[in-house]
This record gives sequence, C-alpha cells and structure tokens, in this order.
Amino acid sequence: MEDRNEIRKITMAQFFPYIVRMKEENWRLVQICAVSVDDGKGYEMSYTFCNDPDYHMITLRVELGEGEEIASITQIYPCAFIQENEAAELFGVKINHINVDYQNKLYRIDVAAPFRKKG
Amino acid sequence: MAKRSIVPFGPQHPVLPEPVHLDLILEDETVVGAVPSIGFIHRGLEKLVEKKDYKQYVYIAERVCGICSVGHGIGYCEAVEKVMDVEVPTRADYLRTIWMELSRLHSHLLWLGLLADAMGFESLFMDSWRIREKILDMFEKTTGSRLILSVVCVGGVLKDVDSGMLNEILRVTEELKKEMKPVIDTFLNDYTVQSRLKGLGVMTRDQAVSAGAVGPMLRGSGEPYDVRALGYAAYKDLTFEPVTAQAGDAYARCEVRLKEILQSLDLLREAIEKIPEGPISVPVKGNPSGEYFMRIEQPRGEAIYYVKGNGTKFLDRFRLRTPTTSNIPPMVDMLKGCQMADVPVLILTIDPCVSCTER
Repeated sequence: MEDRNEIRKITMAQFFPYIVRMKEENWRLVQICAVSVDDGKGYEMSYTFCNDPDYHMITLRVELGEGEEIASITQIYPCAFIQENEAAELFGVKINHINVDYQNKLYRIDVAAPFRKKG
Repeated sequence: MAKRSIVPFGPQHPVLPEPVHLDLILEDETVVGAVPSIGFIHRGLEKLVEKKDYKQYVYIAERVCGICSVGHGIGYCEAVEKVMDVEVPTRADYLRTIWMELSRLHSHLLWLGLLADAMGFESLFMDSWRIREKILDMFEKTTGSRLILSVVCVGGVLKDVDSGMLNEILRVTEELKKEMKPVIDTFLNDYTVQSRLKGLGVMTRDQAVSAGAVGPMLRGSGEPYDVRALGYAAYKDLTFEPVTAQAGDAYARCEVRLKEILQSLDLLREAIEKIPEGPISVPVKGNPSGEYFMRIEQPRGEAIYYVKGNGTKFLDRFRLRTPTTSNIPPMVDMLKGCQMADVPVLILTIDPCVSCTER
C-alpha cells in the first residue's frame, strides 16, 4: 500500500475551519507536535490526522509568531487534551481553552518551558 | 440520590507496573468520570536529541522503554533514513522485522500475564510469562541482550543472524505455537475470563476513531488499521492482514492480542523463509536536512516518529507520539459507567506503557 503522508502549511485563519472539516470527514487525530523556532521566539505547530481506511496521513502546519496564541482543538477533538497540555508545558505554547487544562502541571516540572530553544 | 465521591487510583497500584494516577469520580460504585495524571517519570528524552549526534541518538530512542525498545530504535532510524534518502539493505529490513515480531510476542505475552494476574488467575499468569521467557532467550541468543537490544543503526542493523540461529528461531516458533494453544483456549473460553471481560468497557468503532484509539484498542472495535499494512521494513514482502474483533469490549481487545501472537509466529516463519543473503548495513554519510513523520506499528499500536534535521549532526527536533498517549483519552471515556471493581482490568486492556508515554 502506498504511504500517503503529506504536510500542508496553513494560515491561522484556515486553522479552525480545517480542523472542523477533518472532524466532519471522520479523520482520526494522530498527534500534535510543537517545534521551537527562531531561537525560541516562535513555534511550528503540527496537527496530524489519519483517514484509517486508506492510511492517508495529513499534517496541518501552523506557524506562530512571538507571543501569538492558538485555540485549543479539544472542543472538536476532546482527545487532544494530553498533547496540547504537553506542548503548552514543555514548549510554552499559548493554547487557549484546553479542556482539561493542567495549568503546566502535566509533567510536574519546575522549570518553565524546558523544551523551548533559548536565543 | 447516589452519593458522589472521588477515589484516587494509583500511582502505585498492584495492577500497574508503572505509575499513573486517576481521580475516579464515583456515584456509589459506578464511575462517572476520571481525570488522569501522569508526570511521575518524565525524563525529557526528546530534548536530548539536540545534544547527541543523530547516530548516537538511536541508543537514547531505544531506552525510551524496555518493552518497546527495538521498535523505538527502528521507528527513529526509519524516520532519519527517509529524511536522508538512505536505502537499507533488504536483509537488514528482514532482520528488523524478525526482531520487531519477537518484540510483539514478548510484549503481548507480558500483557496477557498481567491481565491474568489482575483477574487473580495466577496459573495463567505464570504460563504466559514462562512462554515469554523463550522469546527473551531468542533475543539473548541473537543479540546478546534480553530487552534493550541495541542492534538497529541508521542505515541497517549492527548484527547479523546466521542460518543456524534462524533455524533455531523457527524451531522455537513451532514449539510456541503448541504451547500457546492451551493458553489461548483458556483466555478465549474460560468462564472466569469471560465473566471478567465480556461486555466490559465497550467502545464502538466510531467512538474508538473519534477518541483517537490505536492498536488493539482500535482493532478490537472493528477498525482494521495496522501500520504494518503500509509495508515498511520487510512487511511489504510478507502476507499480512490486520487482525480485528467486532465487539469493542475488553474481551475483544484480548482476542485481538491473542490472534496477533499467532499472526506474529506466522510472520516470523515467513520472514525467516524469505530472508535473502547480503549486507546488513550501508554507510551513511552527511547529516539529515528536512523532516518526516514516520509511523510504525508497535505492539501497543501506531507510534509516530517525527524528526527534523537542520543539516548538522544534531537534529532540531525529535518527537515520539507513543500508542499509550493516544489510548489514554479513550480509556477515560471507557471508564465512565463501569463499576469500581472493574477499573483495574479496564485500565490494563489499553496495555498502558507509561515509560513510553512520558519519555
């Protein structure tokens, strides 16, 4: 079987409509990954989905600038809460309205955003 | 009116081999909600990728977890090889597949033992773990290690297995097939097991997909998704169909794992019969530049390995999304409505691997 595995860069304005569309089309949330870029000033957020019957995997990539916030997708994909809490705690990504929000205590680390790159 | 109370479950509990905590919200004896807490053994291994050469990091990836070790090594190396466009020799692909399937066998047998122990079925527990020892012996004979094998490298594998040893594995797989029969019969047909598992923690196919379940959790609800069907490593040359069950309950998840044991024994036989002669690795020059999301099927389900290289020997980012990370949210959904006494068995049916999850 062909491994269809693509990364699509999208804008913040396209982000939520895209997530809603993925849910409506029954795509399974596979993973959420934060990458610290620009010496810790920004982030790349990757949301990967899979259409199980044909193994098609799509990663939606949103770039966040310094201080930019992103909305949680837990209202659409409730199962995202662990991975969103992880990105918020380890990288310092500002994710609004996570349900359930562990307030940076998922991993019980005393250091703030230990995975964020230092400039 | 039912009395509502909150009961802490874990992090130390007789059925949990690793620490995870749940706040169970109960109405009398019925669970109406659960809030999971992890973070007791977080080690920050993903961050180490910025300080270790991408070839050295294989050893860190393998140490994410003792049970899934060889799979993590393979997943990481395959991701780096995709980024660097490295073609691994066919014999190395086969050897990776053989160790991967042995790893699946030992993981599933470990889980069966834990499940039997959680149900108080001690003889079944001991039988499962006795059989598992033979798999660990195979690891030791082929690699020198029983759990963390350290045989995978970027570009292939570090150790070859000669034909005599491959025949020995074949002999053991035949032996295991016979020894597994009474164990499988007991798990599938015994009254005690059925009464503890049937109808428990039911998830429909839609619920499992929506909650992001993977592995036997997903396939036990009837969704035939198994990454091995994509044909990474040597799976492209082997006969493979995902194992599924339709009931979506704890029994169905157990049934999937039992049938996957038999399937792994068949895959091992086929891989050993088809393995070609040839080199086991290719030299890898240069540094990775680019990114890739690799997926493989670990014993507990789909695992994702993301690597992002910047042209130096240190990667920018390595991300490992383990099967248990995906299976915790469906577990929380599944606990709602069950009885307090069934919580330990239900948690076990996701086969939680906390060491992987916390990395």
